[in-house]
Amino acid sequence: MSTLTQQELVLGLFEAAPATFLSLRQLGKESFYAQGMPALKSEEYKFTPIAKKLESGLTDFFPAKPIKISTEQVKSAVFAGFEGVVLVFSNGQYLPELSNSTEGLTVNLLSKTENTPLGSIAKADNDPFTALNQATFTDGLHLSIDNKKVIESPILLLQFHQAQGGQVISPRIWIEAGDFSKATFIDYQVSLDDAPYFVNKVVEIKGGVHADITYHSLQEESNQVIEVSNVVTDIKQDSQFTSTQITLSGDMVRNNLTLNLLESNSVGNMYGLYLLHGKSHVDNHTNVDHTIPHAESNELYKGILADQSRGVFNGKIFVRQIAQKTNAFQQNNNILLSDDAIINTKPQLEIWADDVKCSHGCTVGQLDEEALFYLQARGIDKITARGLLLYAFAGEVLDKIEEDSLRNYIVNQIQKRLGSNF
Amino acid sequence: MLSIKNLHASIEGTPILRGINLEVKAGEVHAIMGPNGSGKSTLASVLAGREEYEVTEGEVLFQGKELLPLSPEDRAREGVFLAFQYPIEIPGVSTTNFLRTALNQVREYRGQEPLDAVKFLSLMKEKMALVEIDQKLLSRSLNEGFSGGEKKRNEIFQMAMLNPVLSILDETDSGLDIDALRIVSNGVNKLKSDTTATIVVTHYQRLLDYIVPDFVHVLYKGRIVKSGTKELALELEEKGYDWIKEEVDSTATV
Repeated sequence: MSTLTQQELVLGLFEAAPATFLSLRQLGKESFYAQGMPALKSEEYKFTPIAKKLESGLTDFFPAKPIKISTEQVKSAVFAGFEGVVLVFSNGQYLPELSNSTEGLTVNLLSKTENTPLGSIAKADNDPFTALNQATFTDGLHLSIDNKKVIESPILLLQFHQAQGGQVISPRIWIEAGDFSKATFIDYQVSLDDAPYFVNKVVEIKGGVHADITYHSLQEESNQVIEVSNVVTDIKQDSQFTSTQITLSGDMVRNNLTLNLLESNSVGNMYGLYLLHGKSHVDNHTNVDHTIPHAESNELYKGILADQSRGVFNGKIFVRQIAQKTNAFQQNNNILLSDDAIINTKPQLEIWADDVKCSHGCTVGQLDEEALFYLQARGIDKITARGLLLYAFAGEVLDKIEEDSLRNYIVNQIQKRLGSNF
Repeated sequence: MLSIKNLHASIEGTPILRGINLEVKAGEVHAIMGPNGSGKSTLASVLAGREEYEVTEGEVLFQGKELLPLSPEDRAREGVFLAFQYPIEIPGVSTTNFLRTALNQVREYRGQEPLDAVKFLSLMKEKMALVEIDQKLLSRSLNEGFSGGEKKRNEIFQMAMLNPVLSILDETDSGLDIDALRIVSNGVNKLKSDTTATIVVTHYQRLLDYIVPDFVHVLYKGRIVKSGTKELALELEEKGYDWIKEEVDSTATV
């Protein structure tokens, strides 16, 4: 444990924690102390020295206060063509006056629903940052979809972040989708300036029987942001969970995505794209646990890394002995655009059952020079040709996003970047 | 139209072309033949601007302009088209989208207005008929999962769309069955005009039954060692390349 853990970061945050969920916070605190900040040699954080980064990158280990957000800011941040529910957050705090809702969706502050079993899905003991969030989050949101309610239009969680002093933002969200319900969530994190801050987010998702839940996450933040995100999902019989994780910037970002397939005939899809330049460091850790027979998981993460950026992918799939007839597929493909870009990729499949279909693989390569020449030989300039090829590479993941306004927005952002010097 | 003077090129320090001289005039079809490894494909690649090859000596004038300093895209925009021996598969990029990007960049270079979607599609329809290519194929990813014949047809289709001044067909007959060969050749023949020229690089005489050359050149060890008319191709078909190799090698040792 570093001295940082014990004295600076933790104390300030602990002192500022509100007097809600007292026993939960206490458990979080104990769990955090028991685990400590991940040490440099910690296997789980081996390539992502986040404790060291926090120590050197942050100056003020106190919770960031919510900042004022105007309707204009909301308007300009919402994707063109988006039609649906908008829930606005400022530094993790929900702003009801700027938000709306729809029939079948119930939105409550966590502080108003003290019986929410926080920590029952994202368990504090599994990750020190989850424990830290549990002990120190200010407030958060409880979202629930009624049984049998199909909400066709997406629900946008618009998270504005801005912390002048490099403070800590601890979003906490609980999503509950009823039996036979369907909903799409878009968790969009956007910075209002270039200042540094630390986001320590926990999202717990509980799916009912035959539920169909989609959770898109778009990280488009300050290049000084340090972030740990923990998204944990439990899904039940005949249900489906699909996530896409798109990361376009950040100083050091660590995304932990855990999917627990608790009952049969459940399907989990996990897609991701990281498009990095400068010195961005983005680490995606995913974890799928097949604990029952007849379930399926599909995973595809792709990365394009330029300059001195660094990517980490670690995908764990566990297929327990009882989980016969499991289908589990995992793929991670990367393109490195410079000699200084680095990717550490580790597909990890552990199978105890003997009647399963599983595959995993990863590739790391450069841009295909032959393909580039082919396009140029038809009259397309080199930058456009490069953009076409990179976009085609990323397209496989982007095609998984069914919400047009979100996909079009990401496509535009990517094309802007690919059409320039990237 | 094209004037190649004493062209030398090497790859990773190994010389491949050792002094090529060739004059191609508008309206002409030239066949470049020769045994494997003689430098045929290298010549095609050097003309199109492939970067792996280093030109060590010589110059190439295309319509009076120095070709070699130009980037591959600018050569294409000037009107040079290379039909690839092995067309590249590019997953995620549809032929239609790619060609529209290419055509509009070429048009921009030539000071023409870009084609809107409607005009582009009608042009596509017209040229598709030329090589009997199916629209379904064109909405798929570029060459991905195409058969050998479909890839070569797609090359000629692209050529028709881009309307080049000089077309270089690099072993276009390789991997083609007789029907595909006929379709591809028909396409090339229909695109010929008094203002354009074609260079056909091939190992076999077979293609030349369909695309009849005005001149046939034999490339060996990086030089054109024999030139003639289409009868030379027939002679090569009958006798093989050995007699030429012997002729050249014996004079070289003298």
